Amino acid sequence: MSTRTSFSLVAGLAILILLPFTQSNYGVFVLSSWMVYSIAAMGLNLTLGYAGQVSLAQASFMGIGAYTTALMTMAGIPWPLAMLAAMVLCFVIGLLLGYPALRVQHHFLAFVTLAFNALVVLVLRNEEWLTGGTYGVVGIPRPEILGLPTQKPLAFYFFVLALFMLTAAALYGIIRSPWGRAFRALRENPIRANSLGVDIRKTTLLAFAIGSACGGLAGGLVAQLTQFIDPNSFGLTISLKVLLMVIVGGAGFFFGPILGALLIVLAPEFLRFTEGYYLMLYAALVIVLMVFCPSGLLGLVERARTALKLRQNPNATTWEAGR
Amino acid sequence: MNPVLSVRNVSKSFGGLRAVDDVSFDVHQAEILGLIGPNGSGKSTLFNCVLGQLPASAGTVLVDGKDVAGKRPCDLNKLGVGRTFQMLQVFPEMTVLDNIILAGQEHKGTMLSRLFGKPDAGLTEEALRMIDFFRLGHQTHEKAGSLSYGQQKLLDAAMAFMAGPKLVMLDEPAGGVNLTMLADLKERLRAFNQERGATFVVIEHNMEFVMSLCTRIIVLANGRIIAEGDPETVRNDPTVIEAYLGG
Repeated sequence: MSTRTSFSLVAGLAILILLPFTQSNYGVFVLSSWMVYSIAAMGLNLTLGYAGQVSLAQASFMGIGAYTTALMTMAGIPWPLAMLAAMVLCFVIGLLLGYPALRVQHHFLAFVTLAFNALVVLVLRNEEWLTGGTYGVVGIPRPEILGLPTQKPLAFYFFVLALFMLTAAALYGIIRSPWGRAFRALRENPIRANSLGVDIRKTTLLAFAIGSACGGLAGGLVAQLTQFIDPNSFGLTISLKVLLMVIVGGAGFFFGPILGALLIVLAPEFLRFTEGYYLMLYAALVIVLMVFCPSGLLGLVERARTALKLRQNPNATTWEAGR
Repeated sequence: MNPVLSVRNVSKSFGGLRAVDDVSFDVHQAEILGLIGPNGSGKSTLFNCVLGQLPASAGTVLVDGKDVAGKRPCDLNKLGVGRTFQMLQVFPEMTVLDNIILAGQEHKGTMLSRLFGKPDAGLTEEALRMIDFFRLGHQTHEKAGSLSYGQQKLLDAAMAFMAGPKLVMLDEPAGGVNLTMLADLKERLRAFNQERGATFVVIEHNMEFVMSLCTRIIVLANGRIIAEGDPETVRNDPTVIEAYLGG
């Protein structure tokens, strides 16, 4: 890691630590919400951005994670166990959802995952004995860490920040490892990857499972953040929202989903002054971005930086210019 | 010593069409075997049967004495069979170095050790040597997609060799490559064969390329072997001339 990158990371962490002290309770809630959605979007980025497997089901994994965490903690099971169980359950269901991806791709796969999301919402709505149906689950406790409660917004913010950092570090490790290279190979050319010894079946399933486990963790945090969940919190709209975070930020860029989540969570807050027009404005902004930069905001930054360096040094290779 | 590749009475039918008809041949260590024939003669079908892309209707394929029926391409690769494709098959958004490391990483350790081990699976040095061998050193950190067609063909070949395979199957390596790059490719393949004892099977339409590279040639027509021998013998075989020119 270069000195510049290390410095940026330390500066970013310092901002994340200091920022909530300047915010109201609502501001801290919005920031926590951003990090929670970033975790879900980072997971989807692994599945979609790196491994190239389209998924419209991230919200369903958030739902499974949220209900598992909520119901287990409310039944008296310690939160670390409940959250771990949520992640493991989502990992296993993600593995199963990965099987159709071995047979279908692109928009067909999108429909398979979309149907799965709808199925999960229906189960959450209809199995009232377990999930409370449309009334949802109320009064989900926030965790207590070494006897310290995180009931207050600031304390819970730091709990979310810790898990956000851990998830980001874990995903960074995976993406830099040979697994990450195999995921990218799967996205770019599965037939060639297979002929070079990459087990396409295992790689596809793992891409789904790891992304889904991140969705499960994010769901558990949503449950603790809002302390109330219902099936609508995990419908297709939310899956599309997480997908938008990945695409707008830059699919296949490590920081893309974090930036995308920041925009998607914060944009409504900034555009609130436009009152009734905010959704229209928001939609127009997304259209403009996608038309002019389908590789997302970080793709735009990379393109601009490479073009600038090439202008300064026309003999540089694109790699040298891109550094 | 077992032949590196042994094809025994392989046939492949598509409905009523017999694309490959009872073909048998062996390929020995350090041999460069050319597989030629007019369009529709069954070369690619045979290639795909050997490489596990198509199940053979009859017969067996042995690699180093082991039956490889039903093996997936990734399993075949682990058994020591590398290949290139007729159409370009590199990873365009990955650097040349990453392309080459990927080609070797699946042969290092277990899946779990690859997750927790070094990001390059300890292959950077070896990959750089391979890149230099194929004269792509100045492009090491370039994205593969930004290389010229000929350079991508070289990269494709380098990837097939990275894991140190016992056998490399080259599907039209000369297709679409300009003359300068073609000479480079041929020279590199020959060097690899001589320095490391690599064994190749080459499908190719470019006769000049095949005749000057291969030590033995098999000619297919209508799914059957019609001639076999050294390049000179095959070149002068009247059956071969007839198959190509019609009669």
